[in-house]
Amino acid sequence: MKELMSGNEAIARGAYEYGVRLASAYPGTPSTEILECIGALYPEIRAGWAPNEKVALEVAAGSAYGGSRSMAIMKHVGLNVAADPFMTLSYTGVNGGLVIVVCDDPEMHSSQNEQDTRNYAKFGKVPCLESSDSQEAKDMVGEALLISENFDTPVILRSSTRISHSMSLVETKTRSEGPKELGLKKDPMKFVMLPAMARRRHPIVEQRLKDVAAFAETFPFNKIIMGDTSLGIISSGVNFQYAREVAPSASFLKLGMVWPLPVKMIKDFASRVKRLVVIEDLDPFIEEAVRLMGIAVEGKELTGICSELSPEKVEIALTGASSARSIGPIDVELPLRPPNMCPGCPHRATFTALKKNKVYVSGDIGCYTLGALPPLGMLDHCLCMGAGIGIASGLDRSLGDLAKGKAVAVIGDSTFFHSGMTPLLELAYNGGSTTVVIMDNRTTAMTGAQNHPGTGFTLRLDPTITADIEKLAESFGFKRIRTVNPYKVRELEKIVSEELEAPEPSLIISRAPCALLKTDRILIDKPYDIDKDVCKGCKSCINTGCPALEFVKIEEPAEGEKRKGFSKINPALCVGCGTCYEVCKFDAVKEAS
Amino acid sequence: MSNDRVYNVLIVGVGGQGIILASDVLGLVAARHGYDVKKNEIHGMAQRGGSVSSHVRFGKFVSSPIIKMGEADVLLSFEQIETLRYFPFLSEKGKVIVNDLKILPPAVFTGKQDYPADVIGKIKSKVPDALVMKADEIAAGMGNPRVANVIFLGVLSKYLDIPAETYEEVLKETLKPKLVDINLKAFHKGRSLAA
Repeated sequence: MKELMSGNEAIARGAYEYGVRLASAYPGTPSTEILECIGALYPEIRAGWAPNEKVALEVAAGSAYGGSRSMAIMKHVGLNVAADPFMTLSYTGVNGGLVIVVCDDPEMHSSQNEQDTRNYAKFGKVPCLESSDSQEAKDMVGEALLISENFDTPVILRSSTRISHSMSLVETKTRSEGPKELGLKKDPMKFVMLPAMARRRHPIVEQRLKDVAAFAETFPFNKIIMGDTSLGIISSGVNFQYAREVAPSASFLKLGMVWPLPVKMIKDFASRVKRLVVIEDLDPFIEEAVRLMGIAVEGKELTGICSELSPEKVEIALTGASSARSIGPIDVELPLRPPNMCPGCPHRATFTALKKNKVYVSGDIGCYTLGALPPLGMLDHCLCMGAGIGIASGLDRSLGDLAKGKAVAVIGDSTFFHSGMTPLLELAYNGGSTTVVIMDNRTTAMTGAQNHPGTGFTLRLDPTITADIEKLAESFGFKRIRTVNPYKVRELEKIVSEELEAPEPSLIISRAPCALLKTDRILIDKPYDIDKDVCKGCKSCINTGCPALEFVKIEEPAEGEKRKGFSKINPALCVGCGTCYEVCKFDAVKEAS
Repeated sequence: MSNDRVYNVLIVGVGGQGIILASDVLGLVAARHGYDVKKNEIHGMAQRGGSVSSHVRFGKFVSSPIIKMGEADVLLSFEQIETLRYFPFLSEKGKVIVNDLKILPPAVFTGKQDYPADVIGKIKSKVPDALVMKADEIAAGMGNPRVANVIFLGVLSKYLDIPAETYEEVLKETLKPKLVDINLKAFHKGRSLAA
């Protein structure tokens, strides 16, 4: 029987069925569920969270070198972190099959950029497969492993938000093991990339790319589906599904391998259709390759480069208009509903204490990035994972007095272990007066609470080490290290101001478990209450941005009423963190009786 | 399977309302009925109170996992203004099911912007037969405010051609045993309200 699976569940299933023996990943939307699913369902696969994607790929590479079928999983920007091993892995090749699953995020549903991973495939001279539904996502894990073993190369399996998070029906099979003999094999000419060896490997890589390109001509997931010859569409991934939806009678060249491209097949297809259009998200990757073949083709002038395509965008690109009969919009100015820190979030408390100190905050990627949004508005920089510490140090050291007592970096615990340790070391080493706040909520919260080296548990919830941030900073040479409970907002505020004045690097560890975690809870889980007669309507509590608070406007003020409104707590949402209690100057907020 | 058409159901609301569970169950029900099924949702930050939408498509053969703007047969909305946010997805002949509930977005609860007035009236002016109900109150009256999503699933089932037994089977298999009874009750409550 067929099962309904998301693309991510199907990739995990593929890892199981095709004999993957080790999988490693760092969480990142839209890729996270792949390793979660492997952890939960497939004990045959050795699997664990790596501190970052570079390590994940290195662990998977080692496993493949030893002959095991292996998988590294990451979101698109994770491949930037893993780019160093990736580029040279192309030279060493593998032994057991190695598939690198990379999930792109066109439209940036949960990302800081919309880079196109196909460019990395070309850059690294590595084959790249792309599936258009869950069945293909599963099947292509097997294809990627075969290509990897047959051509001695790592292979990228590119997914996207709309493939990873869409569900469709999948036929499942039993598991079969990979073909390679397992063991430690000495082969320095292949595995030790000293210049002399690497020089010998490079021509092998170039020849390999030609061989894979020849194979692409007969790869069964590259297929021509002839229909009406007045329109020929080249597409791949979810865009193939959109194009087939809106132009079912057209002719299609559906690509399952998007690098290297099947040149003969493309030329053959082009010669059989009157008008040739490439429908692809993001960069004109296929389009430019087709044009280099000397073939007239349309593409980005119709679809644009920025943001993701959709069925209506593809139809408009192909025909100039949508054929749908929409009821049309209702013309009302709608308040936006962006994601928000949860009621009781410890980050809200930390940001509230920082706000009082009027600091300039460099941060990075995590739930705390939401601190940039109103009403907190407390994040001044977000570049990439781990970047906040380096940015604050650079501002502090280059600006001197202009940034004195202002340069603060914030970083989460999972992000700290991902890529915050080296900039913290740089800060200790080169000095300055930057204050770093590690917002330690004991989990990787933004992606849905995954464990990491600081939580004491593995992917499969087995007990393990708990990396000690204080001791680590101490060993780096930090002299000023303070650990605080963020919900004591006034105390934290004082500590922040003391550390800002210190003429040397400071580290504040603001530690309280994520409000969504059920374990090690310090929240009282009883609502606070606001005495509306005592409340002056100053909005100090409202400006923490807590969704459990509401500012109730006084529409018809009684005589002598000076307030525009008052604050109210929604007892169904309040978990009793007390941040509003801490900021209220009029004792209007009471602990629940 | 009665015909070749593809059914397009768009379920929208706010993170935490049980939208993903409802759409998962609907997808499984359609698959059990023998339909090809595709569904998609953007849920990366759903737990953080953001706007959530789930597209469920089923029929003899389904290509795109997302509904083309203007082709939704049913717009099921768990929150008043989320209905408006996704309104252009609805086809001219589409049905609307709306939860008469306001969940205040940040700009509103911080007093910076007003919650739009008379949302239900505006919906009714475009779709006079829109079905409006206070599902959260009905759920609370049944003893579990968390079953509003399954009440809606019951309502929705009356607009589709899959027998109630298939929903019951899937609910029994998907939910924790102690939650099955209340959810089956909620499902049938929904069906009776749609009648």
